[in-house]
Amino acid sequence: MNRASAAWSQAGRHIVLVALAIFVLVPFAWMLSTASKPETEVYSDVLRWLPEHFALFDNLQAAFAKAPLLRLLFNGVVVTGCIFGLQLLVALPAAYALAKLDFRGRDTLMAAVLLGLLIPQHAVAVPVFLLLHALGLLDSYAALILPWTLSVFGIFLLRQFFKTVPNDLIDAARIDGLSELAIVWRVMLPTAWPAVTAFAIFSVVAHWNDYFWPLIVINSPELLTPPLGVAQFRNQEAGTNYGVLMAAAMVVIAPLLIAFALAQRRFVEGITLTGMK
Amino acid sequence: MAEQVRRLWTTAGGRLTWPGASLHIAHALSAPAVALMLLLLVGPLVVVLGLSLTDYQLGADALSFIGLDNYIAMAGDRVFWKSLRNTAIYSLVVVPGSVGLGLLAALLIHGVARGQAVYRAVFFLPVMATLIAMALVWEFMLHPGFGLVNLSLRSVGLTPQNWLNDESLALWVLAVIGIWQGFGFNMVLFSAGLLGIPRPLYEAAAIDGVPAGWARFRLVTWPMLAPVTLFVVVVTSIKSFQVFDAVQVLTKGGPNKATEVLVYTLYAEGFEFFRSGYASAVTVVFLTIVMLISVMKTRWLDRRVHYT
Repeated sequence: MNRASAAWSQAGRHIVLVALAIFVLVPFAWMLSTASKPETEVYSDVLRWLPEHFALFDNLQAAFAKAPLLRLLFNGVVVTGCIFGLQLLVALPAAYALAKLDFRGRDTLMAAVLLGLLIPQHAVAVPVFLLLHALGLLDSYAALILPWTLSVFGIFLLRQFFKTVPNDLIDAARIDGLSELAIVWRVMLPTAWPAVTAFAIFSVVAHWNDYFWPLIVINSPELLTPPLGVAQFRNQEAGTNYGVLMAAAMVVIAPLLIAFALAQRRFVEGITLTGMK
Repeated sequence: MAEQVRRLWTTAGGRLTWPGASLHIAHALSAPAVALMLLLLVGPLVVVLGLSLTDYQLGADALSFIGLDNYIAMAGDRVFWKSLRNTAIYSLVVVPGSVGLGLLAALLIHGVARGQAVYRAVFFLPVMATLIAMALVWEFMLHPGFGLVNLSLRSVGLTPQNWLNDESLALWVLAVIGIWQGFGFNMVLFSAGLLGIPRPLYEAAAIDGVPAGWARFRLVTWPMLAPVTLFVVVVTSIKSFQVFDAVQVLTKGGPNKATEVLVYTLYAEGFEFFRSGYASAVTVVFLTIVMLISVMKTRWLDRRVHYT
């Protein structure tokens, strides 16, 4: 291939990629544009990307005043944080046992984990809902958190990672007199840091964005999660002011997008490495 | 030293055991996971199967065994068939769309000298962004009077549409949103697959006179990507069968059931009408389809894909 045709092929690729990028970015740009417009400009039948009067901060202020955005973010942090913490607490010892210990029922447990990977959350929604109802736990933080404390994916991922940890390391720890539980926390957890990070990103993104489950179990305004809260805000404000609604939507997606911007590669790894769910 | 210890603690399988205590320790370590698995996964699956054979409604004092009546009712329910059909159509659009665009993006990015990281980050944005929030943005973009799409159409003299309220359009609009949201994820998987193809294969193809471009793609890239492609297709199919968020916020299954999909039916029956028995029967059908897709993957993987 000569140099001119190579340059043309590069240009051709960029043209298609830029077109795709526009398709991807238009909704984000429209969100920002609408959130920056005062109400009169939002409902204009002339297409304009840039506002004549820049109203982003007014709209953000109105969004924070009308919707409990801080509460939503707080709930998002509490719920995703608790879910991940508990998932790790349950998954680490189990993954260690599956990877490094020999015990009766291990193969059955491993088979159950692999089978569990195939079950979507919707499949167990009715019975888990009935269970929470029977326990009187509906409409509480517990209802948002407890059903997710088991992550078969987390167990699977950590088990795969632990398989690669040399046995000598564990032997040495045993000789030093560490108990098996101490080995899990003080030897395995530190070595498994990359897997734990990937798992954390996967878990937090999945549960921050989850809509189905909070929609089912939550009624109280003070327990709304970010997606549920923004959807309810839309219903209250139906047809009134899209500028404010877009500002609220921006606030809800901001934490994950900022985190993504800061640790892009880790995010892509975390979500795709764990892409089997 | 470590070697001695290993001899002391190693069984025939090469796994470390700790004589005597290890049995109990291993069970203790996995006990929370096992208990939760029974409570949150195995138990519920059994309950769903059982409930699907009853007329249970949330809040009712009693339930009675009604055999296959729920399934028979489902078979005669126009909405259920519509829902199944819509889900299938949605998948048949979204799977090729988001797998195709994901592959296209990965191939193009693989070949550019500059800007790879920027393109990847941009295409990955919708995967990260809360879909509910972005669905609201799409709603306003598709607003019949003031939305970006209709304003653009009007400015070039085309007819504006009532996108989400038009029976013949709404499902397609949701499919476009699904593709928009999901193809960046597939792009990353394909990118990883492309990096795994050994260079010498391309060099060999070049020496054998296979022209660059389509011919080399067909001869080297496509077969080498087969395992990744299969994986991506299966994951995307399973995800598309679970479509719910955008439907619930934007159309609620309407207009006139035009966007009723399986998980939405499950949600409406189970959590709006609280007909738990019937919702369980819908769940069983949904789960069966998802499991069938997974089984097909394992089958194919065993049979067809043996390149590595």
